[in-house]
Amino acid sequence: MAIFIDETTRLVVQGITGRDGSFHTEQMLEYGTRVVAGVTPGKGGSTFDAAGSSVPVFDTMDRAVADTGANTSVIYVPPAFATDAIMEAADAGIAFIVAITEGIPIQDMTRAYAYVRDSGVRLLGPNCPGLLSPGKSKVGIMPGHIAAEGGVGVVSRSGTLTYEVVWHLTQAGIGQSTCVGIGGDPIVGTSFIDCLEAFEADPLTDAVVMIGEIGGTDEQRAAEFVSERMDKPVVGFIAGQTAPPGRRMGHAGAIISGSAGTAAEKIAAFEEHGVGVARRPAEVADLIREEL
Amino acid sequence: MNLHEYQARDLLRAHGVPVPPGEVARTAEEAGAAARAIGGPVVVKAQVHTGGRGKAGGVKLASTPEEAADRAGAILGMDIKGLKVERVLVAEAADIDTEAYVGVIVDRDSKRAVFMVSRRGGVDIEEVAATDPDAIRKLAVDPRYGLLPHQAYWLAVSLYDDAGQQRACAEILRQLWNAFRDAGASLAEINPLITTPEGDVVAIDAKFTIDDNELFRRPGIEALRDTASEPPSETRARDANLTYIKLDGDIGAVVNGAGLAMATMDLIKHYGGEPANFLDIGGSSNPQKVVDALGIITGDANVKVILFNIFGGITRCDDVANGIIEATRRIDIHVPLVIRLTGTNEEEGVAILEGAGLSAATSMDDVVQRAVAVARAEGA
Repeated sequence: MAIFIDETTRLVVQGITGRDGSFHTEQMLEYGTRVVAGVTPGKGGSTFDAAGSSVPVFDTMDRAVADTGANTSVIYVPPAFATDAIMEAADAGIAFIVAITEGIPIQDMTRAYAYVRDSGVRLLGPNCPGLLSPGKSKVGIMPGHIAAEGGVGVVSRSGTLTYEVVWHLTQAGIGQSTCVGIGGDPIVGTSFIDCLEAFEADPLTDAVVMIGEIGGTDEQRAAEFVSERMDKPVVGFIAGQTAPPGRRMGHAGAIISGSAGTAAEKIAAFEEHGVGVARRPAEVADLIREEL
Repeated sequence: MNLHEYQARDLLRAHGVPVPPGEVARTAEEAGAAARAIGGPVVVKAQVHTGGRGKAGGVKLASTPEEAADRAGAILGMDIKGLKVERVLVAEAADIDTEAYVGVIVDRDSKRAVFMVSRRGGVDIEEVAATDPDAIRKLAVDPRYGLLPHQAYWLAVSLYDDAGQQRACAEILRQLWNAFRDAGASLAEINPLITTPEGDVVAIDAKFTIDDNELFRRPGIEALRDTASEPPSETRARDANLTYIKLDGDIGAVVNGAGLAMATMDLIKHYGGEPANFLDIGGSSNPQKVVDALGIITGDANVKVILFNIFGGITRCDDVANGIIEATRRIDIHVPLVIRLTGTNEEEGVAILEGAGLSAATSMDDVVQRAVAVARAEGA
């Protein structure tokens, strides 16, 4: 097992013919992900051919799901159209939507979030790298070669910082069950707690790495969840200890507002609730080794 | 992107919110003329993107146009928290009976826009929230319906006892919501919302933060950007589609990815150095971005060494290496480069660098320690 995606994942790519969509579809096919359909309005009836596969392209999500039985979607469409793509996927009966798109207006997201929640659908992202269950499936943009099969769950708000930590784990001989990037925006569909809950229930996962950053209180609440509801050990890292207040550090959600959302308060919450805190990214692998 | 007070007032007025007459001025003469046009006592206020203007001496009353010009002359050019005052707002000085706070902000926890109102206006709402949370009434707006009339009224009755003022405030809250929505804001507040001795409800000061992700479809709002209020290097970075934030240290950093860029700054500090900037070249494999990034960092005279920390996932190490070589040809780089490349096409990237007499490490800890040592040696 793993969380959210595995061998049974049947993926439809929204925006499959675009620059990012086509590049990453090829990468996902090469990794072994079952990409069963693509959607680009106006390109229905064509195929996307890469990595020895031929993926049918549809005009609408409704047709893609009806014809292929897709159960998961990944979105690479531009910000102006991305929230409509999310809601179209929910309408088509997709159970798990992964939104990679960066730069979605936050007021648009308040509407899309309400929509998917009412539909009972899980949304990961937006502005996220997606997720990877090593050896089983990868959805999004994470590079597959840095990961290895194993028992550590990884959840993070970041992209390349996650790769850095996963790479250290792999080099240390510690494999991963699933690596999840929840996204760097202020409003995201899946929280740290959602992932921790899934990892706690996943038989393949023995321990969890949680990589947070400045902005908001999601890490603080996740730390409370760890001490109150989890038996599996959790190790953490927080980026942004040197970030100046009031400035957005690349991610739309990475901002210290007034005096709230600092790295120091998140680290303190981790320590208070028994989450081991790595001081450097490389230290995460050392702390995990002690827990296993 | 933050709007100046005078821009926020214009936006509110366009949506029907009562705002006292006022004009923006760039010189003492313009300020005097504005005061004459308004007539009567005015307040002259520095237009800079920071709080605490009053304490810094950037807000002054004037009873005559001559006095307004004098006050403006003193405020213009003043330095407030590192920001030079280029403009002042000259506004009618209102008689204040009561001061309230009304605002709407996108709330991360409820994932909705949330209104906050309080009778305790004229002070920082964060402080009220921390010390006297019961003094704030909150309401989360359902994005499908917007702020409904009865919700606006429910908020308003918590601020005023007078029926007329309650109705006027409810109307202002609806107008504030419309301005927030139409401008693509992530925060809009009126502080203070005052009552006058005559009983009118009037917006005195306002703050709007526009969601940067909205600007592509709102050219009218983008045009309000005050590039004079930010370092030229940050303007240049935005034009090149890079996220760059200037800091005070001497170790320049070029990193792919925001989280890794923050972690790199933290690691510089961990090993005793000081980061000169945050810079994310993003996930794309475009050598031009590397050239632009180096151009911006070499413009910072404090920088003694430039650190590259590239984890190639989607970004290809050979593209970054080509960008570095290209930049060294096109820009006069007079400080040492310390480079870490790992991940996708790492061997090709390292070979390209070595062909040009540069070297690369594969460990983040090693390369940061080396950069800190170089900065110390250069500073000695």
